Amino acid sequence: MAGDQLTIGGFEFKSRLFVGTGKYKDFEETKKAIEASGADVVTVAVRRVNITDRSKENLLDYIDPKKYTILPNTAGCYNVEDALRYARLARAAGVSDLIKLEVLGDERTLFPDTVGLLEAAKILVKEGFIVLPYTNDDPIVAQKLVDIGCPCVMPLAAPIGSGLGIRNPYNLKIIMEMVKVPIIVDAGVGTASDAALAMELGADAVLMNTAIAGAKDPIAMAEAMKYAVLAGRLAYKAGRIPRKLYATASSPIEGML
Amino acid sequence: MLDRIDIQVNGEERGCRADATVGDLLRELAIKTERVAVELNLEILDRKEFDQRILKPGDRVEILSFIGGGS
Repeated sequence: MAGDQLTIGGFEFKSRLFVGTGKYKDFEETKKAIEASGADVVTVAVRRVNITDRSKENLLDYIDPKKYTILPNTAGCYNVEDALRYARLARAAGVSDLIKLEVLGDERTLFPDTVGLLEAAKILVKEGFIVLPYTNDDPIVAQKLVDIGCPCVMPLAAPIGSGLGIRNPYNLKIIMEMVKVPIIVDAGVGTASDAALAMELGADAVLMNTAIAGAKDPIAMAEAMKYAVLAGRLAYKAGRIPRKLYATASSPIEGML
Repeated sequence: MLDRIDIQVNGEERGCRADATVGDLLRELAIKTERVAVELNLEILDRKEFDQRILKPGDRVEILSFIGGGS
C-alpha cells in the first residue's frame, strides 16, 4: 500500500511482513521465499563460523544487506549475560544497531523470560542499540519495554514454531490500544488467516519464520503471507462492521411486490 | 622459521605463527573480515583492531557471523 510505511527506530519499511531465514532446505529456497514474501526485514541468527569447512556459503551471499534490513536476533539465549553478548557480537558483525532481543525462559515453550528481557533491554538501549523485544502477550511488560526506550514491541501470538495462531487476541488488542509504539506480532503464526487476523486486530506488522519455511511449498506460502498481511492491514484501515447476533437484509424491502 | 603457538579458535585447538595477528588468522582461514565478529578472550574486537591484535599462546578466539534464523 502506498503511503502506508512503517517506521521503527528511524528505519522505514514498505512491507509489514518480517521474515526469518531459519529452517529452509538451502539458501536458494531461502532467497526465493523471501523474495515471494515481499518482506523488507529479514531476521538472522549469530553463530560460530565453520572454520573446518570453508566451502560453505554465507547466507548474506544470498540475502543482500543492501536490499534488505538485516535484523539479527539473540535466539538461543536463556540469560541476560548471553543475550548481551550475542547482541554486541551481532552489532560488531553487522551494519546497524538493530537487534531482535530474545531472552528465553524455558526450552520447552521458548516463552520469553520477561524479567531478564527488561533487564537486557535497559542495558542495550543505554548502549545505543535499537531494541526490538520479543515478549509475551502481557500489556504491562509491553508498556515497561516502551518506557525503557524500545521503539516497538513484539508480543508472541503463540509459542515459537507452534503454528497455533493467535491464542490471546484480547491481550494483543489491549497491547495495541495501550502502547503507543508499533506492535509486531512475532511467533506462532501457522497459516495466512493467522497473519490476516493479527493485522485486522491492529498489529503494525507480523514476523514469522516456521509458518513459511516449514510449509510444504515455502515459496507459495511466502506469497500467501504477503497477501494475508496486506489484506489484514487493508481491512483494519477500512474498519470492519460491528458484530450483530441477527440478520440485517442487504437488499431493500421497498419496491417489492 | 618462526615459532608456532597454540590457540583455540571456535572451541578447537589449533596452531598459528607466533607473531600472527587476528587479521592474519582470518586470512589463513580464508574468512572475509566484513560481516564477521571476533571475540578475543571474551573481548569483542573492532574490525580496525584485527590487524593490530597479536595472538598469544592460549588465546581463545571466537569468530561468528550471520546464519539463517527466525526466533
